[in-house]
Amino acid sequence: MKVLKPVNVVIVGGGWTGLAMAKEITGRTSLSVLVLERGAPRKTSDYAAGMDELDYAIRVRMMQNIADETITHRHSVRDPSVPVRQYGSFLPGSGVGGAGEHWNGNSFRFLESQFVLATHLREKFGAGHLPENIAVQDWGVTYNDLEPYYWRGEQMMGVSGKAGNIRGQKIEGGNIFEGPRSSEYPLPPLKTSYVGLRFKEAAEKLGFHPHPQPAANASEAYRNPDGITRAGCAYCGYCERFGCMIGAKAQPTNTLLPVLARRKTFAMETGCWVRRVVHKNGHATGVQYVDANGEEIFQPADEVVLATFTLNNVRLLALSKIGTQYDPAKGKGTLGKNLTHQVGGAGTRLFFDHPLNLFMGSGALGMLFADFDGDNGLTGSEGIVRAGHIAVGSSGNRPIASFGQYPNGAATSNWGSQWKAASIEWRDRISGIGFTGEHLAYRHNFMDLDPTYTDKLGDPLLRFTLDWTEHEHRQRVFAAGIQLKVAKAMGVKFEEPRLAPVKYNVVQYQTTHIQGGAIMGTSPENSVVNTNLQHWDVPNLWVVGASAFPQNASLNPTLTALAITYRAADAFIAPHEKHSKGAA
Amino acid sequence: MKRREFLTVPATALGGTLLYTLTREPLRLQAQDGNVNIPLRFFSAAEARVIAAACARIFPTDATGPGANEAGVVIYIDRQLAGPYGRDKYRYTKGPFVESVPEHGYQGKESPRELYRAGLQTLAGFVDLTAEQQDEKLRSIERTTFFQMLRSHTIEGLFSDPMHGGNAGLIGWQLIGFPGPQMSYRDEIDKHFGMPYRPKPVSLQQVVGHPVHGWEDEKDT
Repeated sequence: MKVLKPVNVVIVGGGWTGLAMAKEITGRTSLSVLVLERGAPRKTSDYAAGMDELDYAIRVRMMQNIADETITHRHSVRDPSVPVRQYGSFLPGSGVGGAGEHWNGNSFRFLESQFVLATHLREKFGAGHLPENIAVQDWGVTYNDLEPYYWRGEQMMGVSGKAGNIRGQKIEGGNIFEGPRSSEYPLPPLKTSYVGLRFKEAAEKLGFHPHPQPAANASEAYRNPDGITRAGCAYCGYCERFGCMIGAKAQPTNTLLPVLARRKTFAMETGCWVRRVVHKNGHATGVQYVDANGEEIFQPADEVVLATFTLNNVRLLALSKIGTQYDPAKGKGTLGKNLTHQVGGAGTRLFFDHPLNLFMGSGALGMLFADFDGDNGLTGSEGIVRAGHIAVGSSGNRPIASFGQYPNGAATSNWGSQWKAASIEWRDRISGIGFTGEHLAYRHNFMDLDPTYTDKLGDPLLRFTLDWTEHEHRQRVFAAGIQLKVAKAMGVKFEEPRLAPVKYNVVQYQTTHIQGGAIMGTSPENSVVNTNLQHWDVPNLWVVGASAFPQNASLNPTLTALAITYRAADAFIAPHEKHSKGAA
Repeated sequence: MKRREFLTVPATALGGTLLYTLTREPLRLQAQDGNVNIPLRFFSAAEARVIAAACARIFPTDATGPGANEAGVVIYIDRQLAGPYGRDKYRYTKGPFVESVPEHGYQGKESPRELYRAGLQTLAGFVDLTAEQQDEKLRSIERTTFFQMLRSHTIEGLFSDPMHGGNAGLIGWQLIGFPGPQMSYRDEIDKHFGMPYRPKPVSLQQVVGHPVHGWEDEKDT
């Protein structure tokens, strides 16, 4: 194996969290930082020719090559696992910028109660009244601890939105249920679409508090504190699964990378497939990887940061034999526990008598209300302990994925003349009210290594043991009830969602929000990393990103993943910053 | 070496005037050009005729407008199958292959190419059937992986960018009022409320001003 010259810090993964760590460390210390990224280099000018639904949204060209590595899934420990053979329920990114290149731009903060969820639920409902096998935990950090880091992320990305709580002052038009912010959003909200406006009017009539969805899609030209300028959003409708061709959507390549590119202590190598964290006696000595030419390489480093997607953070720890695998039968071990996704699947379709021009939009363009987020508005009689957001989105409909929708019963087959006529008649006249719900952690949902299936190099794949429970079904039923009220108030035709309990499905896209497995906490007994995201057993190993979430909130995780990473960066830098200043 | 196969179609059936990229060469096709020979990458001419006939029943040419034939859907499918998608370059294809629950999706070993070749066996004599008989035949296989794939590919061939071989003359986008990839709706997104806004459709090549190649044209490495 080839051994390279040592670096101070090696970071695995060149997405949001990896490049954020790199930027903080290289900006505030004299340490040398090397980022190893598996995928290919990327830049904004690549993206104009990428406005192609087939290659990018249907064949998902920007994602990890699933032929090389996938995950396996089983619904319970009693079932055999099988590989996810083609992408479906979530889409792991690859390449410089990672999934931060082709995300929608939804940039939320989590509720204050989320960070102390175990304590909060015990106090509110009583330990005996919680869902069976619930495994939620407190994070070990509070919303107030994270507020400055949320703000750092929002400024870096130029988040567009309307605050609903500034230092305790509630502001109509924003999310009045959010925790206190130190400042208004860096940019005003995006424009409001037609369906967004109709939804807002109806929700207000019902006494709810609709507000514009916070978006990393800049509502107007923006210059961030690093001096990086970006254009305002063009509402072209090509965000999710696409890179932004004008750089209006904040992406690692148009925010962090331009700053890093100027720094002499920063380097990045692409095409590097990291296989192991090398460690001895509780100390990481570097990483072992295979480069683009297939050569096995050892990169020595003083500090190692794992900043890949949740899946690979957990898998690399397991492959490197760092920590103790969680065993649900014995309730022992911490690695792999508290796997969460996000609850969706309930949608009330709305039928309009005129076209909606739904091809226009922006990834995070939407209107939503939080009157039932967390346990807001819940009495305990609903059979659920947490709900989520009710929303309409205007992300931009593209023609392949959106073709073939019509009211139930308008066609008896899903092909042929009658189907074609119904699909064309209803084309661009159907919208929907959606639900994003909080996914609680359960003892039976976890990750480990698959005993059978392997990646292209022969390393075991990550295995999900994951299924929906009665609680998620009840959340969807509850959400549908609220959606129907809003639909009626909108004065349009609508259809009640048909909601039967479902098993977890790897085929249908849900969201790319997979959390947990290397969770943060206050003790090695209940967590994999401490609240600075340092591994309990290997203190010079940092595992950053959404793998540290003890459970998911109802909302999209990117901004929170970034906030805890910024906080980890401050802890990482503290002992070095002094030294650096002294030397300067 | 395999003999080069062509699909012969009347230019009028392909939507009249259209910008068509065959073998990576742009070609302006006029209705008066009569018959055109389209070189096939995967299908034999006979196979292409069967697939085209089946796609035309899935998305027929009828009172609601043009269908799979006018859009050149079979050409789209031919190119997809010839490319990396067709041979499963981007699907996890390591064994063991086991049957599983529906929530785990298609778990088979066969690639799209193999599924089509097997599916074509079940459609022997298809082009000689009446439309009603063809529908009956398709209904008998509509739960198969092959048919579900064919149905998805038909929709893709109608509504994907013409660089992929279908949506000839942007006929699919015109049919449903989709304007193609436009650079900006910044001045439109908060207007036209309750009214249709239908800019003239443009292809990606027209938008970016140079030819763009689909993933199916990727060279083997």
